[in-house]
Amino acid sequence: MTDLTAGLWELLFKGVWVTVQLTVFSAALGAFVAFVVGVARTHRLWIVRFLSGLYMEIFRGTSALVLMFWMFFVLPMAFGWQLVPMWAAVLALGLSYGAYGSEIVRGALAAVAPAQQEAGIALSFSPWQRLTKILLPQAWPEMIPPANNLLIELLKGTALVSVLGVGDITFGAALVRNALGESAPVYTIILVMYFVLAFLLTRVMRAVERKAKAGIGQAPEKGNGLRKLSVRQATAISRSSSGGAA
Amino acid sequence: MNWDWSAVGDFMPRFWDGVLVTLQALVLGSLIAFALGLIWAMAQRSPLKVVRWPVMVVTEFIRNTPLLVQLFFLFYVLPEWSVTLSALTTGVIGLGLHYSTYTAEVYRAGIDGVPKGQWEACTALSLPRGRTWSAVILPQAIRRVVPALGNYVIAMLKDSPMIAVIGALEMLGQARQFTASTFQPTEPITVVGIAFILIAYPASLLMRALERRLVR
Repeated sequence: MTDLTAGLWELLFKGVWVTVQLTVFSAALGAFVAFVVGVARTHRLWIVRFLSGLYMEIFRGTSALVLMFWMFFVLPMAFGWQLVPMWAAVLALGLSYGAYGSEIVRGALAAVAPAQQEAGIALSFSPWQRLTKILLPQAWPEMIPPANNLLIELLKGTALVSVLGVGDITFGAALVRNALGESAPVYTIILVMYFVLAFLLTRVMRAVERKAKAGIGQAPEKGNGLRKLSVRQATAISRSSSGGAA
Repeated sequence: MNWDWSAVGDFMPRFWDGVLVTLQALVLGSLIAFALGLIWAMAQRSPLKVVRWPVMVVTEFIRNTPLLVQLFFLFYVLPEWSVTLSALTTGVIGLGLHYSTYTAEVYRAGIDGVPKGQWEACTALSLPRGRTWSAVILPQAIRRVVPALGNYVIAMLKDSPMIAVIGALEMLGQARQFTASTFQPTEPITVVGIAFILIAYPASLLMRALERRLVR
C-alpha cells in the first residue's frame, strides 16, 4: 500500500471541511423549505395546499443529480443566471431534500392530537399562534428521528457535487487517486470518513432529540448510535402492519 | 429563454436508448437488492454471533456511506484486483449492493411483524428450519413489505443517474453525451428531468395503492 503524503491528507481534509459546509448549509435551506412547504400543506386554502403539494411531488419525483445538472448547465444557458458552483449545489440539495423534509413536518403536525388544535380555536388563538405556540412545540420532537435519517441521506447526497467540480471529499479523493496511481487506499479512507461523519451526525441528533423530548416531558426511546436508525425504521413499518396478523 | 424543439427531436433516439439502459439497471439492481437484502435480513436473525455481527457492521457501513463513492470504489478498485467489469455491470452491482442494505431493514421489519405464535406453531409442529422460513414466515412477511420494497425501487430509479458518472449511458449519460457534441444542454437535461417525474410519480401512486391493498 502506497503511503499518502501530508499534502494528500491535506487535500482530503479540505474536502471534509467543504462536505461539512455543504451539509450544514443545505440542511439549513432544506429545513426552511421543509417547514414552509410542510405547513403550507395543512393550509385551509386549497390553492396553497395544491401548490405546495406540486412542489413536493416535482422535487421528490426527479433525481437530485439531474436537478444539479440542470442548475449547473441549464440555468446559465436558459436564464443567464450563473451561480457559484458551491451555491448551486446547496440550492439543488436544499430544494430537493427540503421536499422530502416537508413530508416529515406534515406528518408530525398531523400526529398532534386534534383536541390540541380545537383547544386553540376555543381559546381564540390566531392560526399563526396555534401553529407556533401549540402545534410546532409538540410536533417537533417527533420530527427529529426521521430528520436524522434524512440528514444522513443529505450527507451522502453531497458526494454528488464532486461531479460538478466542487472540491468536497470525493473530489479530493479523485485528485489523490491520480497522484497515487492507486485507488483502493484512498477510497477506503474516504468511505470511513463519510461513515464517521454520519455517526457524529447521529450522535448530535440524538442529543437534540433528548433535549426536545425533555422539553415536553417525555423520555426518548432506548437505543444507541447508528443502530437506532434501523430500529426506528423497523418499528414504524411493523407497527403499521401488525394489524394484519393472520 | 430559448427552447429548441429540433434539439429535443434530435435527442429522442438517444433518449430511448438511455431509458432502456436505465430500466435494465433498475430491474437487475432491484433483483440483486431483493435477493441480497433477504440474505442480510435472515443472517441478522442467525443464532450465531459470528454471523450476526459482521453482517450488521457491513450493512450499516454500506448504508451510511455515499453510493457515488461506492461506485467509484467498485469501478476503480476491482480492476486493480484484476476483476474487469463493464460500467453498466459495475453500476448494477453498486446499486443492488447499496439498496440491499435498505431492503434488509424492510424485510427485517416484515419478519418482526409476523406474530410470535407463528414461530411457536412451527416449533410445535416440529417443522425443519428451512420449511419454517419458506412456508410460514416469509410468505407472511414479504406480503406486507411489498409496498416498502417498491418505494426503494423508486428511490433506486432516482439514484440511477449516478451510474452515468462511471460511464454507463443511461438517460443522464446520453444527455451529457448529446450536450458534449451539440452544446445544447437545456433540452436534453430538461427532458431527462421530466422523464424522471413521469416515471416516479405514477409509480409512487401505485405503491400507495398497493399499500392500501396489501398492508392491512
